[in-house]
Amino acid sequence: MIQIKNLRVELEDFLLQGINLHVAEEEYFVVLGPTGAGKTVLLESIAGLYPVKSGEIWLRGREVTQLEPERRNISIVYQDHALFPHLTVKENIVFGLRLRKQIGQEIDKSLNWLAELLGIAHLLDRKPDTLSGGERQKVALARALSIKPQVLLLDEPLSALDPETREGVQQELRQVHDRLKITTIHVTHDFEEAIALADHIAVLGEGCVKQVGTPEQIFRQPNSEFVARFAMARNIFTGEVADRDDGSAIFRTDGIELAVASELRGKWHASVRPEDILISHQPLHSSARNSFCGIINHVMDKGSTLYLTVNLPPDFTCLVTRRSFEEMGLAKNQRVYITFKASAIHIF
Amino acid sequence: MSKKWFTTNKMTLTFILLGLIIFLFIIVPLVKMVVTSDPQILLETLLDPEVRGAIWLTLYAALLATIVGFTLGIPLAYLLAHTDFTGKKLVEGLIDVPIVVPHTAAGIALLFVFGRNFFVGKVFHFIGIDFVDATAGIVIAMLFVSIPFLIDSAKEGFKKVDVRLEKVSRTLGASPWQTFFRISFPLAWRSILAGSIMMWARGISEFGAVIILAYHPMIAPTLIFERFETYGLDYSRPVAVLLIILCLAVFIGLRTIVYRGEKA
Repeated sequence: MIQIKNLRVELEDFLLQGINLHVAEEEYFVVLGPTGAGKTVLLESIAGLYPVKSGEIWLRGREVTQLEPERRNISIVYQDHALFPHLTVKENIVFGLRLRKQIGQEIDKSLNWLAELLGIAHLLDRKPDTLSGGERQKVALARALSIKPQVLLLDEPLSALDPETREGVQQELRQVHDRLKITTIHVTHDFEEAIALADHIAVLGEGCVKQVGTPEQIFRQPNSEFVARFAMARNIFTGEVADRDDGSAIFRTDGIELAVASELRGKWHASVRPEDILISHQPLHSSARNSFCGIINHVMDKGSTLYLTVNLPPDFTCLVTRRSFEEMGLAKNQRVYITFKASAIHIF
Repeated sequence: MSKKWFTTNKMTLTFILLGLIIFLFIIVPLVKMVVTSDPQILLETLLDPEVRGAIWLTLYAALLATIVGFTLGIPLAYLLAHTDFTGKKLVEGLIDVPIVVPHTAAGIALLFVFGRNFFVGKVFHFIGIDFVDATAGIVIAMLFVSIPFLIDSAKEGFKKVDVRLEKVSRTLGASPWQTFFRISFPLAWRSILAGSIMMWARGISEFGAVIILAYHPMIAPTLIFERFETYGLDYSRPVAVLLIILCLAVFIGLRTIVYRGEKA
């Protein structure tokens, strides 16, 4: 579908080079990298909005490296949505269709279809500055989808949203993709977002592609310290959220059950931040509902803090300060209890 | 009252006083001239064909200058706002030069280029346009001294347009031309309009550069000068009053339109 061969893009203070990527037809592809890694520039190069120094971009077997953006049929949704402020929602959405000289009936048909797909029919006569973040996001998505693009580019589409809106929009992105089967490239700095959405992830950092693989491969087998830093920060598990008899929710994975607080049900990922896990020699009697016994099988010394890997199984990474590590006399191969609250688990 | 309030207050009082002096300096001469004029004489002056002709020519020539400035200046303003090139600062600086040179000097400079001794003047003469003592001369004199206002204002307007809006427009299938006319221009429109009004107003008030190139046909400022020189204060005053009233009316009217649009 899209092939990027040995791409080199020069920015003001650094460069992207040796970028090789292959995105398959209908795939949801996530480019993951820290802020300032050149993710937006990579997207703009694909769209033809940023000059490419060398290398090639192929789209469905045709080289498009030098093709003007208006002839690529690749649309983009920016982080701040970039809606045309002087046009209404409706005029924003049909902007591309009007340029294609479609007849009024066809335009109306596409407009109604998109408005229904994204649930924005009631907003059509409003101006962008009267919309909430989530609404703007949907309008920007509708505008991008209106031209039936070959590829949809999403530049940090969730970062500008508040946490509650984000979860909904994230699901909507995946649903829209699954329904329309549009090849999507989504860039983000959020590891969990990448895991939740991607068929494949490319990790971008230090001006090049560090690793490409499925979400599982990226967080189970990081090939470099750079990639590991993204993955290591969290305990991430794949599993299923189900109802318990008492109405609360549990997450089942690798033979253990975690009490969670989430409205989601079905196959999801769960993550716990290492600093949210308490370590003790005896079981803790507290309100925290998750408490397990395990063996410390690895200690990583970071100076004032230490990362301990506790094997139940599975492995949990926990963060302790040097002071508590020494006071508790923790050591490798010791049997300890780990405890964390249901609300400390993030389901995504 | 705290001491702090008192010191801030003293400063505010001083500033109000100083501000008031300069405000009165602007307003008093204008108001005095208008209110002490005899309405009867004003009406007679307005009925004078020479006066009406001069005022009409002033408005018309300034409008032509603004239209020419608009057509040639907007593209340059866009380039200055959106592209980087070596020597850009120099170009920006040179564009503002007409504001700082004495306008009579500007008129002489224009005369050298557009007079019939230089090839530019010759080329225009060949296609039937002469500048010396002709309306075209008035127009280029006004254009020269007032174009910086339009270019600077339009440039600021274009700078405020988010580049990504233009990028999105391109991905949706718009050519660079379509993107300019549907996105950049409408979004910068208010600044462009404000700049155009400033340019027109500045054109109307021009005198120095115009008299060097075209003393005749007479624009209103030239007529005022002529009557002052020939007949004295009393005879030149009604024309001046009429021009001031007219300029104020036009200026206030246009500004109201611009600002009302901004609120909506």
